[in-house]
Formats: sequence, C-alpha cells, structure tokens
Amino acid sequence: MADTIQFDLVSPTKLVASQAVDMVVVPGGEGDLGVLPGHSLLIGTVRPGVIDIHEGGKVTNSIFVAGGFVEVNPETCTVLVEEATPVADIDKAAASQRLQDAQKALADAADAKAKAAAESELKVAEAMISAAP
Amino acid sequence: MPSLKDLKIRINSVKSTQKITSAMKMVAAAKLRRAQEGAEAARPYAQRMEGMVAAIGASIGDPTGAPKMLAGTGSDNTHLLVACTADRGLCGGFNGTIVREVRRVARKLKNDGKTVKILCVGKKARDLLRRDFKADIVDTFEGIGRRGVEYEQAQSVADKITEMFEAGEFDICTVIFNRFQSAMTQIVTNQQIIPFQAPETDGDTEKASGPAAIYLYEPEEQEILADLLPRNMAVQLFQALLESSASEHGARMTAMDSATRNAGEMIDNLTLTYNRTRQAFITKELIEIISGAEAV
Repeated sequence: MADTIQFDLVSPTKLVASQAVDMVVVPGGEGDLGVLPGHSLLIGTVRPGVIDIHEGGKVTNSIFVAGGFVEVNPETCTVLVEEATPVADIDKAAASQRLQDAQKALADAADAKAKAAAESELKVAEAMISAAP
Repeated sequence: MPSLKDLKIRINSVKSTQKITSAMKMVAAAKLRRAQEGAEAARPYAQRMEGMVAAIGASIGDPTGAPKMLAGTGSDNTHLLVACTADRGLCGGFNGTIVREVRRVARKLKNDGKTVKILCVGKKARDLLRRDFKADIVDTFEGIGRRGVEYEQAQSVADKITEMFEAGEFDICTVIFNRFQSAMTQIVTNQQIIPFQAPETDGDTEKASGPAAIYLYEPEEQEILADLLPRNMAVQLFQALLESSASEHGARMTAMDSATRNAGEMIDNLTLTYNRTRQAFITKELIEIISGAEAV
C-alpha cells in the first residue's frame, strides 16, 4: 500500500489541487469521509463544506467546496465540485450577502424548481459562513 | 480607365477596411487566448465527470432499472440536434461548417424516417438553418460567450434540454460543435449527450482494466445518478460551448489575418495602378505642351 493518495480537486473552470497527500477529509452527502491510501472503490456526493488535506499528521490545507461528487479508488481521490475557494480566501461579507440573496430568492421562489435551486444556494451560503475563518 | 481621383478613393477605402480587419484580428487574438485557457482548464473536469458516469454506467449492468438519461428511452425516433455556432459572422468557415454538418445529419435522419428537432445556440445557426428547417427549430439561445462562456449559460441550455427530455419530446440528443485544436484548425464534432455514451477513445488504462469494478455508493446509486446525470450533461455542454467559443475566436483571427493580408495586396496593386496612371497623365500633358510649342 502506498503511503500517500493522489488527491485531485477539480472545478468546472480549473484543476484546483492535484497533489499526493496522507489523508483527505471530504464532506460527503451522508457524513464526512476520511480518505486514506488504499480506500475501497467509492462514488458519493459531496455536500457544501470544507475539505481538509492532512499531511504529516496535521491539516495543511483547507478548501471550501460547494457540493459535487467524489470518486475514490485505492490510489486516487477525485473530487468534482461546482466551486472551490481556499478557506483563507473566503470573504465573510460576500458570503453573508450571498446568504441574504439566497433567502430572498427562496422567499420569491415561484415554482418547485426555483425553490429547490434557492434552497441549495442557501445551504452553500450557510456552509460558507460557518467555514469562514 | 478610372481617373486618379477614383483610384485614390478606392485606396483609402481599402485602407480603412484593412484597419478594421486588423483591429478585429487583434481583438480575436486576445479573446482567443482567454477562451483557449478556459477551454483547456475545463477539460479535466468534463473528462473526469464523464469517467465517473461511465464507471457507474458500467457497474449498473442491468439497463432496465437505470434512469432514461443513461439508458435511453428505448426508441430512437426523435432526434434533437444542438447546433453550436457564433452570434456573429466574419469568422471564416466557422459557422458554415457547423450548419453544413447539421444539414447533412438532419437530412440523413429524415431520410431514415426519423423526426428531427433543432436547438440553435448562436444567432447564426438560426439565420442559416431557418430557410431549410424552419419548422424543426425548437428554440434559439443567443448572447452566449459574449463575455466568455459562463457555466450558468450552459446550465440554462441544459435545463431546457432536460425539460424537453422529461416531457418526452425527443429520444436522442446530439451536440454539434467545433472542437478547438488550434487557431487554424477546428474539428467539427458530433457528441451524443443523451443517452449517455462513454467516450470510445478512452486511453485511460485504469478504466479499461476494471470495467466491472464494484463501487460503493453513498448515497444509493440511483440517487447519485439522478444528481449526476443532469450535471454531467450540463458540464458536457459547457465544455462544448467553451470549445466552440475558442474555435470561434481562432477562426475569426485566422480569417481576419488573411483579410488583412489580402487588403494589403490590394492596396499595393491599386497604388501601382495609381502611379502608372499619374505618370501616363503627366506624360500626356508634356506631349501636349511640346506638340503645342512645335506647332507655333
């Protein structure tokens, strides 16, 4: 078993991170997933939250992600997300603005589809605020 | 024989055209760089997403229970063609090749007795296809990629397609777009996005080795698929639009470059004619003066 696992974080606009790490903690749709080298094959959803990259026993990098998918096999962990921001770069004011916008959108939502979109946006904004330093 | 004044006017008009084409070339070059970076940056995401869907699709095995977007509706009577062109012309064969391909595919399908529906992305597709396929055009999206392609724009096109699919308005959806290779070459590509088709030229050995790999799913695979499939379609569309936008700028840059060169050639020719005419005119005047003096 290899000592490290290849971690790829991809957003539609770029390859955010691609590095060999000791462990990553991914906010899975049904609870946080700690992915270590040699993990069995897994495909899951990712909820809005923070991905922690562990190297040498401590967290070396934290990245906020806004939901997506994760694919794990023994050598690699690929996370596909809609947007990714390093936790250190989160702008708290922008995040609260986003929360307000989402709340307003939810209140104005005319049909079920718009409501679902607003709800997911709300979750992203809430997660972003709680992730902000 | 045109007079000196006419020549002068023509030279000036060609010169101002040349200024426009060279400015357009410069703008296209700047936009191309951005669009190309965007298209290349988005490729890993689209490829991995596709790989993920392919992995799930391969492991499901039994297609009867699978969502229709993955397995298809079971018939292939109605085809939706998504034609990705630009809103503007002056970009060489960019729009023409797409429209020609759409026509070819549509005619072929019609000859086979299928129904064809066309969704136009970009004003030019609608303008050029309206004559032959007016009744088949379902909708047109305009203004995409004016300030660079954004994911939301692809999402809105994808929403429309999903909506139509769920309403049972078509069985197979194919996107026809220009895949960007270089500023000089764009490859017309037909990509089927519904039902999902795994890429045939998948050189990834990892995936080839384990087609029947058993994945764990969290949550249930149906739930993941319900989320993943529409997303995947939006992403593939986004990728297509990005490629198309990069191709457009590439094509425009090449077209404007040759237009600028042609204008330069034309100016040279006209200037030569102008100078010849001027000399002939002077010579004629001299002869007139001399013969006038001799006659005295």
